[in-house]
Amino acid sequence: MSADVELQGVSIAFGDFYAAKNVNVKIEAGEFFSFLGPSGCGKTTLLRAVSGFLEPSEGKVLIGGQNMSGIGPNKRPTSLIFQNLALFPLMSVADNIAFSLEVRGVSKQARRKRADELLDLVALNGQGDKKVHELSGGQKQRVAIARALAVEPEVLLLDEPLSALDLKLRQKMRTELRAIQQRVGITFIYITHDQGEALTMSDRVGVMNDGQLEQVGSCYEVYQAPSTPFVATFVGENNAFSGKVEKVSKSIAKVNVEGTSFSGSVGRTTLGDPHPVGVGDDVIIFVRPESLSLAKGAKAPKNNFSADIETIEFEGNLKNIYLKSNKNKSIRFSVPSVFDTSDLTPGSTIELSFATESAIVLPSGPLALD
Amino acid sequence: MGGFFKKNGSIISTFFLIAITFWLIFLILIPQLYMLDLSFRPNLPPLLRGGPDDVYTLTHYKHFVFGSETSKDAYNYVDIGVFVDTIGTAILVTIINLCFCYPIAFYIAKLATPNATRLLILALIIPFWINELLRSFAIRILFAGEGVINNLLLEMGLLDAAVNFIALDVALYTGLTYAYILLMIFPLYNALETLDTNQLEAAKDLGSSTIRTHWRIVIPHAKAGIASGSTMVFMLTAGALATPVVLSSPNTFWFTQLIYQWFNMNDNWSRGSAYSIILLVVSVAFVLLMMRIFRVAIGEVVR
Ligand SMILES: Nc1ncnc2c1ncn2[C@@H]1O[C@H](COP(=O)(O)OP(=O)(O)OP(=O)(O)O)[C@@H](O)[C@H]1O
Ligand SMILES: [Mg+2]
Repeated sequence: MSADVELQGVSIAFGDFYAAKNVNVKIEAGEFFSFLGPSGCGKTTLLRAVSGFLEPSEGKVLIGGQNMSGIGPNKRPTSLIFQNLALFPLMSVADNIAFSLEVRGVSKQARRKRADELLDLVALNGQGDKKVHELSGGQKQRVAIARALAVEPEVLLLDEPLSALDLKLRQKMRTELRAIQQRVGITFIYITHDQGEALTMSDRVGVMNDGQLEQVGSCYEVYQAPSTPFVATFVGENNAFSGKVEKVSKSIAKVNVEGTSFSGSVGRTTLGDPHPVGVGDDVIIFVRPESLSLAKGAKAPKNNFSADIETIEFEGNLKNIYLKSNKNKSIRFSVPSVFDTSDLTPGSTIELSFATESAIVLPSGPLALD
Repeated sequence: MGGFFKKNGSIISTFFLIAITFWLIFLILIPQLYMLDLSFRPNLPPLLRGGPDDVYTLTHYKHFVFGSETSKDAYNYVDIGVFVDTIGTAILVTIINLCFCYPIAFYIAKLATPNATRLLILALIIPFWINELLRSFAIRILFAGEGVINNLLLEMGLLDAAVNFIALDVALYTGLTYAYILLMIFPLYNALETLDTNQLEAAKDLGSSTIRTHWRIVIPHAKAGIASGSTMVFMLTAGALATPVVLSSPNTFWFTQLIYQWFNMNDNWSRGSAYSIILLVVSVAFVLLMMRIFRVAIGEVVR
């Protein structure tokens, strides 16, 4: 059984400080939904409101269509995996997993049987008698998942559960989490500040900044069609050029960036309508590093500008070329590793361009900090 | 040892070594060994000490078990009775103390805001600036026949006649419990403070009741602190003198009062030493037994 979760105008205040501001989102039953945002943006706080450890100051949380206000964490059909896992160190792995059954007075044998089933589910067969401290990081992770699943929740809440793991293990656990979610078929609400994590696992993501939900959409939408400058820069890399609108026609805006004219398509709001930008508005035009190309040799280069190469970084499947434009702006240009860069040497000047459709024009607003 | 010197510098290290050695040898080892030796010697006037009569003997230990040679009883019922009473009461006081301090320590460690924590700790410590004897008298004033509590209860009409709290040993139990409360609260507080609050929340999220969370998670976590606090309170209660002298009823006798009598009033240091050693050995044995039963390693207690 899985349930949908709906946040209606949820705000959470600590004194005068709002850790969450008017958050509205409906998470479908059986969906893998991630809240993605930088550290301190209010993700944990929001999750605590869903799990019942915190009551929203305003608005309400509905689970399965039922208003949860006044219902404690032990009475909600949710189960929370804590940022630090919070396994019980003095109990065996099996006792940890079966704790919720012990609480309900399930017999010892039935508890053990269920614990073994769950250990199978998370690929930890036969580890039930170990103590928690005898497990590796990834194994602890799985025990926490199994313990949370033992209550048969309709919604599983995960608070950055992979953050303590090393990169390889994290990537492995991503796939595994996704597989577990599909096997048990319940709603997963996942919290992370790691966009890679959010994009690889989720059906949809909600990008948060400073207590606000900036955009909700599929991973593809959030990456390809960001609604705000924050989302554009937080999810993936982006080159941002600030300027003023010179002309708008058919959702293409011509923007004057310090004397150079660039064209890009006008971005859409969270609701899906084009942003209402007019001539003279302050806007930012965003171009992904991989959407840039060398102007030299292109047939009819548009949106050209020249820049000096500073450094070239090899990053496995990509090469990142860092440049400075003649307006002293940092530019990042990515090419596949197979691309021959032997004539691109630091210090040389190159001409870059981008396609109008691949650039997005959004009204000015705060960017994500690097 | 070399590491210790390197870490602290040679002057500080030497000072520590000398201080600890002095403390161990002169203040603990030598007096206790002297007492042990004394307890096996007859009580002789100064002139005869070291003479032919000064031989090792068990007479003082025999006296504790069988009584004086002139008594008709098979065993020394009076002294043994006092001893058993003392140990029993000390156990009871330790249990009361634990039950009383656990919620307070838990509240301070896990529930109170940082400001409230500071305030509460101060409120606990400040009364202990007053010395033990005065505190005992204060409790006597509270519980006396004409005391504050009796007067209050009488005035409110809850009592028809004054209750003799002293004779019922209510005052003694209260006084002894209060006397060493800090030695229970602080080890408990230290242990509870290190408990990850997320574990409490995780237990709650999994549907656990408050009582079960304490039973399965908090108490096991705080076991070493409980053992450490209980040990100290038990040892000190069993060895208390001032509080029982002030607060016990006329027919209650504390074992330390017996020891005191042998040393001071009867001028029989040997017998006093023997009685002290008996108290020490039985208390330590009891503590070790309890630690065995509750599976606490001695290293955990002093952590
Ligand atoms: N109990 C509290 N009292 C006061 N402020 C709080 C409390 N809990 C959280 N905050 C504040 O709310 C904001 C959001 O905190 P939260 O823990 O939700 O962040 P987060 O997005 O989970 O960050 P991280 O990724 O670092 O875990 C922070 O600025 C934090 O200081
Ligand atoms: Mg957090």
